Amino acid sequence: MYAQLVETGVKRLKTLDEMSDQERAFQEKIDAEIKIEAKNWMPDAYRQTLIRQISQHAHSEIVGMLPEGNWLTRAPTLKRKLQLMAKIQDEAGHGLYLYSAMETLGADRDTEIAKMHAGKAKYSSIFNYPTLSWADMGAVGWLVDGAAIVNQVVLQRTSYGPYARAMVRICKEESFHQRQGYEILLTMMRHGTQAQKDMVQDAINRLWWPSLMMFGPSDEHSPNSAQSMAWKIKRQSNDELRQRFIDQTIPQLELLGCTCPDPDLKWNAETGHYDFGAIQWDEFYEVLKGNGPCNAERVATRKQAIEDGAWVREAAVAHARKQHDKHAA
Amino acid sequence: MSIEDDLTRYLLHLGDTALIQGQRLSQWVGHAPALEEELALANVGLDLFGQARNWLDYAAERLDDGRDADALAFLRTERELRNLLLVEQPNGDYAVTMLKQFFYDAWHFQVLQGLSGSRDERIAGIAAKGLKEVTYHLRRSSEWVERLGDGTDESHARMLAALPKVWRFTVELVNADAGEQRLAAAGLIGDPATLAAAWHAKVAEVFTRATLPVPEPASAFYLNGREGLHSEHLGLLLAEMQYLPRAYPDAVW
Repeated sequence: MYAQLVETGVKRLKTLDEMSDQERAFQEKIDAEIKIEAKNWMPDAYRQTLIRQISQHAHSEIVGMLPEGNWLTRAPTLKRKLQLMAKIQDEAGHGLYLYSAMETLGADRDTEIAKMHAGKAKYSSIFNYPTLSWADMGAVGWLVDGAAIVNQVVLQRTSYGPYARAMVRICKEESFHQRQGYEILLTMMRHGTQAQKDMVQDAINRLWWPSLMMFGPSDEHSPNSAQSMAWKIKRQSNDELRQRFIDQTIPQLELLGCTCPDPDLKWNAETGHYDFGAIQWDEFYEVLKGNGPCNAERVATRKQAIEDGAWVREAAVAHARKQHDKHAA
Repeated sequence: MSIEDDLTRYLLHLGDTALIQGQRLSQWVGHAPALEEELALANVGLDLFGQARNWLDYAAERLDDGRDADALAFLRTERELRNLLLVEQPNGDYAVTMLKQFFYDAWHFQVLQGLSGSRDERIAGIAAKGLKEVTYHLRRSSEWVERLGDGTDESHARMLAALPKVWRFTVELVNADAGEQRLAAAGLIGDPATLAAAWHAKVAEVFTRATLPVPEPASAFYLNGREGLHSEHLGLLLAEMQYLPRAYPDAVW
């Protein structure tokens, strides 16, 4: 999940009786699965929640370029270089779609980006982990994009039309990346040397738990979920999505011939799901607070890029104005 | 040297140049001045890596010594690489990056246009496909040279400061070596004199629009990328690019 903890500012759900006429009409539309569009009336808290969620999602795409960009100059074959560059290019494109969707709500892209740089807006915790070997490029594609897809497939039915439509486009590309990531790992496991196999297992060991954290806090510690679910911004709970991800990922892990760094992971024939061990929630909250391994570098890098590029953007604006004046004269 | 050898060397020259320019562009990823630029830089880099692979594939077939395109890219030393000196220069600020890109694109466009009429059908095919991409690259970099040259006082000053850092390397773009003269005479590549004239004309046209002074043609100096005589920047670039295949020689990626 690329937006894993979104404040709604709502402590308790209103009943239909407690709502104003406008609010009730809105909720009835939501309940009837009619998409909300930019010009429709919406409660301010719905608008603000979506701005937070979509911008968090967009920021994640952009910050997410950095851990992969870290290996772009070191990709080991021409084919892998091409794949990785195409993937990162897609991520920049996803960021653009999402900022556009967010702007339909009246928010401003530069303002929201500045909030992220100031530490006031979040992005997915996963991108605060370092990429330490080439195998991480496979593991990020397989696990991180895999987790994102489980979340985003559901978001294709989210109640806000522009967000839902962005998800449809993004999901197609993400699925492609995920298969490519898995293929990187499969190649190393099936045709690689022992050193490469060790590299793959090590990448999985480091990224497994952070990937599970992408779905956000467990349902019992997810105070904002009830309102997001009532508004149908969220369609399924964090724990449901996490469980789905685990259930579909473990067979893929077995096909690789790798192990899961969770001694408590076990198939449960009664429930038809995998049981799994306890997530280190302390770590999750520390990373979200800014104390993860790469938080400081990631934000500093993005901030630097925007600051260093100011003169370029100013030149583009000045030149456009000159051209405009020339044609107007 | 036979015309066959000339051609293989030339294919390496084209492939290596696209590869190293792509490598420099990939260093921008995550650091560009705007999101749209992230997308565009990655897009251009991607095109160039694709073209590098096409040329190196063909070079590998002609060499027929057991090496494939990856071995040519990742296991040759800086004395063996034949890229233009221009593209191995550091990215610097956006003014340096865009000037490098523009000089390269204006050259690349002419080269591919010449090659698309090559007697060698394989070369003509690769060039025709690449030409579509490079037409876009050239339009984009021309526009940026204009925007930065004729933008703000600061952007204009930065372009003036960038120019001497890269201009001297353009001497290679317009001076064909003896091998290229032979290839041109044999109808395998375009006419070098036409290329040089068109390149100078393009630079003059875009620089005038960009309100930048058109420099005198650069003069020759003692390095030569085609001969594997590079600046000190290439070795470091290769150390990074080639690290994995060299550290794990038996690996399959």
